Amino acid sequence: MEFLHAFFIAPFVEMVDQPWFLFEVLVGGLSAGVMYSLVALGFVLIFKASGVFNYAQGVMVLFAALNLVGLMEWGVPVWLALILTVIIMIGLAFAVERLVLRKLVNQEPIILFMATIGLAFFLEGFGETIWGSDVRPLDIGIPDDVWFVGDAMLQQSDIFAAVVASFLVTVLALFFHYTRIGRALRAVADDHQAALSIGIPLNHIWIIVWAVAGFVALVAGVMWGARLGVQFSLAIIALKALPVLILGGFTSIPGAIIGGLIIGAGEKVAEVYWGSLFGGAIEEWFAYVVALVFLFFRPQGLFGDKIIERV
Amino acid sequence: MAEAMSDTDPAPDAAKSLLDVNNIEVIYDHVILVLKGVSLSVPEGGIVALLGGNGAGKTTTLKSISNLLKAERGEVTKGAITMEGRRLDTLTANDVVKMGCVQVMEGRHCFEHLTIEENLLTGAYTRGGDRGVKDDLELVYEYFPRLKERRKSLAGYTSGGEQQMCAIGRALMAKPKIILLDEPSMGLAPQLVEQIFEIVKRLNSQEGVTFLLAEQNTTVALRYAKYGYILENGRVVLDGSAESLLSNEDVKEFYLGLSTEGKKSFRDVKHYKRRKRWL
Repeated sequence: MEFLHAFFIAPFVEMVDQPWFLFEVLVGGLSAGVMYSLVALGFVLIFKASGVFNYAQGVMVLFAALNLVGLMEWGVPVWLALILTVIIMIGLAFAVERLVLRKLVNQEPIILFMATIGLAFFLEGFGETIWGSDVRPLDIGIPDDVWFVGDAMLQQSDIFAAVVASFLVTVLALFFHYTRIGRALRAVADDHQAALSIGIPLNHIWIIVWAVAGFVALVAGVMWGARLGVQFSLAIIALKALPVLILGGFTSIPGAIIGGLIIGAGEKVAEVYWGSLFGGAIEEWFAYVVALVFLFFRPQGLFGDKIIERV
Repeated sequence: MAEAMSDTDPAPDAAKSLLDVNNIEVIYDHVILVLKGVSLSVPEGGIVALLGGNGAGKTTTLKSISNLLKAERGEVTKGAITMEGRRLDTLTANDVVKMGCVQVMEGRHCFEHLTIEENLLTGAYTRGGDRGVKDDLELVYEYFPRLKERRKSLAGYTSGGEQQMCAIGRALMAKPKIILLDEPSMGLAPQLVEQIFEIVKRLNSQEGVTFLLAEQNTTVALRYAKYGYILENGRVVLDGSAESLLSNEDVKEFYLGLSTEGKKSFRDVKHYKRRKRWL
């Protein structure tokens, strides 16, 4: 009885009692969610265009951030370091296409997936060899003050991240829907062979999509890095994008965003209000449980492409 | 069927040939020999049918022309394919489309999660930002009014007939000189098959698009095509004008289900005892 009360009633009473606190928790959660979304976005892009689940996306986030920090430590100004990192990520896209994807064309998805695991290890090791494995602070001048809204405290950097993420998503959504290349990307995602048959060069498409995913990884890397410092655990945090994808759908850009927000806000709220019931630290696994539930009832996620079946 | 080439008509050399396949051999996975020397020629402005049963090599022939074979670990190991005198077999699939040769694959292969209109527009990918694309879209809608009605539906939700139209329309958007049409009748009601072939014929006569079509439905194919090749086991075993094929005794018996001796008595056909099986 006591447990039921603590589970079903007490948290809600608390929420109503202290609405500003709830607001603060929610905003904190949502801003973490934006970060998840940014990583998930990279997964979605590559998955959409090539049907490959890119395990290395998390490491790409880290790799981009490492390059940025490293270049800045050499005394390169921020703007130039950003441009150089973008160029490095585009170079990476070319390398991946030439050295991995081209060789494995028409293989089973699982083989491509294994290849991306290999890529993840390679990038991690490569990054460490060049830049070392210390935790580094990343400061590229993102505003870091605090705003008070009512009784709640908001981090300016969180708001900044949210703005950047929404801008990025809008641009990508427009790109996918209304441009020739965007349409071709979706076409390739649907049917490789048919895309080939009407003359869409798959190699170019892969390079484009990996480059865009690399760019998104850089944005995510900057945001995460500014928050937590650039460190190797970034690659693991990025795996939180997995439940986000299951929730939002592997093929939907808005799904990645909304999934991220739900997971971010959900896990914070669950931790604060229900955490003590389960002995705390439920933030760690909450997202995965939500994902599991979704797999039972809506395997394509909230916004994923409907699984079209002919009857 | 007889191995000998047909004695009726020589290859149609009256019109200039657009596409020539010269004695090609195709090997899959480095070991499986699928085509053992196929030669054919498609005249400009013609409709040529490639006939034969399952596994005869029709699709492989088309795919080796459009260069989709490489993505399936197939390889043209001998012979040459030329279009207007240029080698196709050394180009990429993308360049073959740019040359004006587009394949409509067996089983339609529309982009399911794109709308019909988006499907058609992707067909024009190789043309870049060409201004003519808009007009051609209207042209395709003229030939396939059904597609215009369904332009906003996801292709995956349209019927088989609509998908076949969409696939042909999509190929047209690339402004091809020749369309390789693989098994357009597959899974469609006879009425629809007729309708689609009618459109193919109109496209041929009005837009001047050349067609090479692979078909199992010999009756219909030979009604619309002017010339036919019959493939068996990766070889051309017979070729000739549509009329000569239609009147050939072997073709009648094996592909059209007709026979001069009237109904065949199955008493004469040797029976084999069915072996015992566990399941």
